[in-house]
Amino acid sequence: MLDARVENDALRMVRIEKYFGLVVALRHIDLNVGRNEIVGLIGDNGAGKSTLVKILSGVFPPTSGELYIVGQKVDFRSYNVKQAHTHGVETVYQDKSLGEKQDLWRNFFVGRQITYPLGFINVKKEKEIAEEIMHKTIGFRGEGITVDSKVSKLSGGERQGVAIGRAMHFEAELIVLDEPTVALSLKEVGKVLDFVHKIKQSGKACIYISHDIQDVYEIADRFVIMDRGEIVARILKQDISLKALGEFMLDYAHGRKDVETT
Amino acid sequence: MKRERSILLVLRKLEGLPIALVLTTLYVAFAITAPNVFTGYRIYMSFLQTVPPMLVLALGLTFVITAGEIDLSFSAVVAFSGFIFAWFFKTFDASWAAWVGILLALASGALVGYINGLLVAKIGVPSIMATLAAQFFWSGLTVLLAGGLSWNIKGIQDDIIHAIFTGRLFGVVPAQAFWALGLAIFLWFVLNRHRFGEAIMFLGDNPNVARVVGIDVEKTKIQLFTMMGILAGFSALLLTIEMNTFWTTQGQGYLLLALAAVFIGGTSIAGGEGSIVGTFFGAYIIGSLEAGVVATGIGGYWTSLVSGLVMGASVVLNILLGEGRFLRLSKRIQSWGLVARSKSTGRSLSQDNHGS
Repeated sequence: MLDARVENDALRMVRIEKYFGLVVALRHIDLNVGRNEIVGLIGDNGAGKSTLVKILSGVFPPTSGELYIVGQKVDFRSYNVKQAHTHGVETVYQDKSLGEKQDLWRNFFVGRQITYPLGFINVKKEKEIAEEIMHKTIGFRGEGITVDSKVSKLSGGERQGVAIGRAMHFEAELIVLDEPTVALSLKEVGKVLDFVHKIKQSGKACIYISHDIQDVYEIADRFVIMDRGEIVARILKQDISLKALGEFMLDYAHGRKDVETT
Repeated sequence: MKRERSILLVLRKLEGLPIALVLTTLYVAFAITAPNVFTGYRIYMSFLQTVPPMLVLALGLTFVITAGEIDLSFSAVVAFSGFIFAWFFKTFDASWAAWVGILLALASGALVGYINGLLVAKIGVPSIMATLAAQFFWSGLTVLLAGGLSWNIKGIQDDIIHAIFTGRLFGVVPAQAFWALGLAIFLWFVLNRHRFGEAIMFLGDNPNVARVVGIDVEKTKIQLFTMMGILAGFSALLLTIEMNTFWTTQGQGYLLLALAAVFIGGTSIAGGEGSIVGTFFGAYIIGSLEAGVVATGIGGYWTSLVSGLVMGASVVLNILLGEGRFLRLSKRIQSWGLVARSKSTGRSLSQDNHGS
């Protein structure tokens, strides 16, 4: 039964464990994400969300376990950020996805430039495509921002938009958003959520990590709750109200669920 | 108004414009105060001979500083690589000796840079410390190897190498000026139009971003310092071949000058942005000051003071005309105009201006 499902999953993690020395960061993580599913990954600070993201995006390998992306098994010995990109995993970090002082068009293509022989960049082509992504994929319109603008001129929401647009352009199967709305104003949060809706519309999958339950509830199809390195609950959106989810999370924050997890 | 704005934008986009203005102003000032020196071509030909070794160093340093790092060892490389060349040329007195000497000089520069890169990237030594130690080590080693002596390599004058690197085109223009110019153009393309240059900029901007967009941070740093070493080796060649002599302290005077050239050219110490064009003009400003001040006749004691003044003014100008500020300044001037007009019509046009 499992094997039949593999093909339909954008992501499957099997018994992923991660130790930093003697410290357990992740224990026995089994996680599936469907091909066009948005999974909200929630948990308090230190729950292991960031560690999970870093394994997924190729920053470091797990201590043990298996990872399948669109049914393809990942070889951790050669897995890195570039490999993650070729597998179709794109990660948008809260504050370190874009080079602040660099032009927008550079930010779209850095790491996988369109080049002439010898590695010289085809600037004209990169700008053309960047322009297209900005207008078609993320829908920036006449806000005084062009592909030649520096990232530092963009608002927090727009930056996330650029990072998400970049991920969509490179045909990511799975886009991981790591706390994309931290430190954003409400209006900007709204923009980011719109971008996430676009991911859903384009038929791709997404892991949305946040500890703002309200955002997650609005956007996700399913919630996966982590606590101290373990997945402690999986809940479909239709099975729970925002209020109940909030109370559920509070219970963990107060340690009332300890008995069940240990 | 719209057309004005677009002209301003174009001007602002011209790389190194403020610093080119400073250089022009400087030459005009010198031409006025020392007309018999600065209206002839000879003084400029002498700049084209003395500036290139320092310019080559400053070009490499522009990359290093853009990457958010620093290199203080290049002046020692100028001595070390120069020694390697002189030693080889003298020891093997054959027709091919100069060619192999050149390769060895560049390779020795690369070696020093590579070791710097390893220390910085693999072990995590701050580059200021790693390269400061390297500066002492390699200049110390050079003194030891050379026995503390200068080496005369007069024989190089009859070698084709001498003509290629430091000959006089049309009998007057020093060839090293073309080498440095060609290198500047090439390195402009590397920084602004090549994958490597983009990696350097992102690295200096934010190493964490560089890492998550898939740049191999360690490899890029090692390549960066190696490149700096090779350029310092090339600078050593231009200097040694021109002078027909190797001396143990050669290059020492370039350390602060090259740094100054990079900074007045508008490259930010914070990293992430660098200007090759700025460095090019910056190097010529720095390299012209001493001779210029002396030529004006106010006396050698003034050189340092005037140099400091010009450097300070260039940096201030660069910041004032830099990205954003320039536009804000011109906006503010326009809004003043609007306020003045709105007062006369009784309506606040300036508010509309703020909204847009």
